[in-house]
Amino acid sequence: MNEERARLIKKLEEKAKEIRYKTVCLAYKAGKAHTGPSLSTTDILVALYYYKMNINPKNPKWVERDKFILSKGHGCVSLYVILAELGYYPAEDNLKLRKVDGIVQGHPDMTKTPGIEFTTGSLGNGIGAAVGMAIAAKIDKLKSKVYVLLGDGEIQEGIVWEAVASAKHYKLDNLIAIVDNNNFQSCGALPDICDFYPFREKWQSFGWNVIEIDGHDFNEILPALDLAERSKNPCVIIAKTIKGKGVSFMENNNAWHQKTYTKEEYEQACLELSLLRR
Amino acid sequence: MNSCGNTRKAFGEELLNLVQEGEDIIAVCADTRDSMRLDLLAEKFSNRVINVGIAEQNMMMVAAGIASTGKIAFAATYAMLNSMRALEQVRTFVAYPKLNVKIVSGLSGLTGSIEGVTHQCIEDLAIMRSIPNMVVLASADYASTKVIVREAAEYTGPVYIRIGRDDTPDIFDGSYSFEIGKANKLQDGKDLCMISTGLILDHAIKAVKILQNRGFSIRLLEMPSIKPIDKEAIIKAAQDIGKLVTVEEHTILGGLGGAVAEVLTDNIPTRLTRLGINDVFTESGEYIDLLNKYGLSVENIVRQSEKLILE
Ligand SMILES: Cc1ncc(C[n+]2csc(CCOP(=O)(O)OP(=O)(O)O)c2C)c(N)n1
Repeated sequence: MNEERARLIKKLEEKAKEIRYKTVCLAYKAGKAHTGPSLSTTDILVALYYYKMNINPKNPKWVERDKFILSKGHGCVSLYVILAELGYYPAEDNLKLRKVDGIVQGHPDMTKTPGIEFTTGSLGNGIGAAVGMAIAAKIDKLKSKVYVLLGDGEIQEGIVWEAVASAKHYKLDNLIAIVDNNNFQSCGALPDICDFYPFREKWQSFGWNVIEIDGHDFNEILPALDLAERSKNPCVIIAKTIKGKGVSFMENNNAWHQKTYTKEEYEQACLELSLLRR
Repeated sequence: MNSCGNTRKAFGEELLNLVQEGEDIIAVCADTRDSMRLDLLAEKFSNRVINVGIAEQNMMMVAAGIASTGKIAFAATYAMLNSMRALEQVRTFVAYPKLNVKIVSGLSGLTGSIEGVTHQCIEDLAIMRSIPNMVVLASADYASTKVIVREAAEYTGPVYIRIGRDDTPDIFDGSYSFEIGKANKLQDGKDLCMISTGLILDHAIKAVKILQNRGFSIRLLEMPSIKPIDKEAIIKAAQDIGKLVTVEEHTILGGLGGAVAEVLTDNIPTRLTRLGINDVFTESGEYIDLLNKYGLSVENIVRQSEKLILE
């Protein structure tokens, strides 16, 4: 059993390295894209899509599926890599990321991209939609879960807390929020812009269960997702992460929030990420 | 002229100038200090820039509160957030009490381009125009942005200003003249009157040149003030020429074209072609690709103008 678990974790780690590499390639091809925000969430996305969620990429509208909303929509590059990998749509479609006539938009778009459950990009709104989906699943007596991933800056939006309150009121034990706690937002580090800590106490006071983990360690991500699934209250996983994780010069360097690569930067990033893979 | 300038930078620079001259201005933003170039003001006067975090409705109320104490407040974020996310705050708590808040909107029109529909804003002129007490302005380039920001600060009351994102071609220089409620006649002509506003004026100017080369004579008005709008200039164009075309980076419903149509129907019904985005949602894409696809290419402006002239 332990050996099996170790093998699984190894597999997920390998997958995450591959997704990071492809994320950088895709961001480079797109020109200007949000690389840093996409690298901080990669491991969480890999755990959800390759371990936890009950999904069927061949049948994206399968009624009993689990659902995922990327509420911090700008971090969508790694999500697009994963959706194409899983076969929601051909990988070539990603090459038109952010280009006219493409199906893959600058921010997740449910009207254009198979596998995108809800349109996001204007921050704060995804979690309210997740509440709505979770309520609908309960009414329909479905076992499906709704996962929503938020930025730590994003949760400064007041509407997030309106949704958090609704989730508690409607006892949404099928709703799991994850906060990508990379400690940065657009203009700098969280405590310098609008000090919104402590997180745990805030969510707890709204009646949510709180799990805190290292968002880059599958040994912590997987048990947290399993535990969250059994929670009797809405549950939030606060994942400590590093913005730009995996590329030395992007890590904790907020210039990479959204940035165009020079050729050298691109080659250096690819080199680092492919070395990781060996 | 082939040089380019940035409207967001123009805004940041002029705001700094105004504060340095002693104007009692506080700028409020929502994690948009750097992207709206308030960093220029913050570097020298850190207490004059308030960053409330990612919270646009709060940003607008803080600006309203500041203005209620007699200071000039500037609220600065993206157009879709100023005009939609914080709309009730703008309407009820800024416009209704006529507070001295200047709302400055980057990424207006299609300039949010690659980011997609969520970040573009082709509805703000219509929305803002429908609110009593609002002055609604759009600048066409770097130099005119500076003048308009200064004039807005001088005016007492709520003002909405639409600016862009990336660098855009320079059209004007420091001698740009601006008055709220007044059109700028850039050239006179007798076959058609073209009226444009904001950054797309660049395409309007290029279209006019082509039309002239084809032997047509065009009057070109820049309409930086969408509300109040220069009724006299519109009525005069209807009387003198009798054919008008409006060009705006906005839905054809309720913006510049809508405002011009209202003036014409009320006073002097006249043939008008409204060019803009044809009541559809757009998509992600390079700015120029979007302008081409959604009807604002120079060629389409020429084609539609020619059609109206030859009617
Ligand atoms: C409502 C809204 N306000 C502002 C923005 C602009 N914006 C895009 S990303 C971002 C910072 C997000 O920070 P965080 O949620 O911490 O995500 P990170 O990129 O740091 O992972 C901002 C302000 C937006 N997209 N939506």
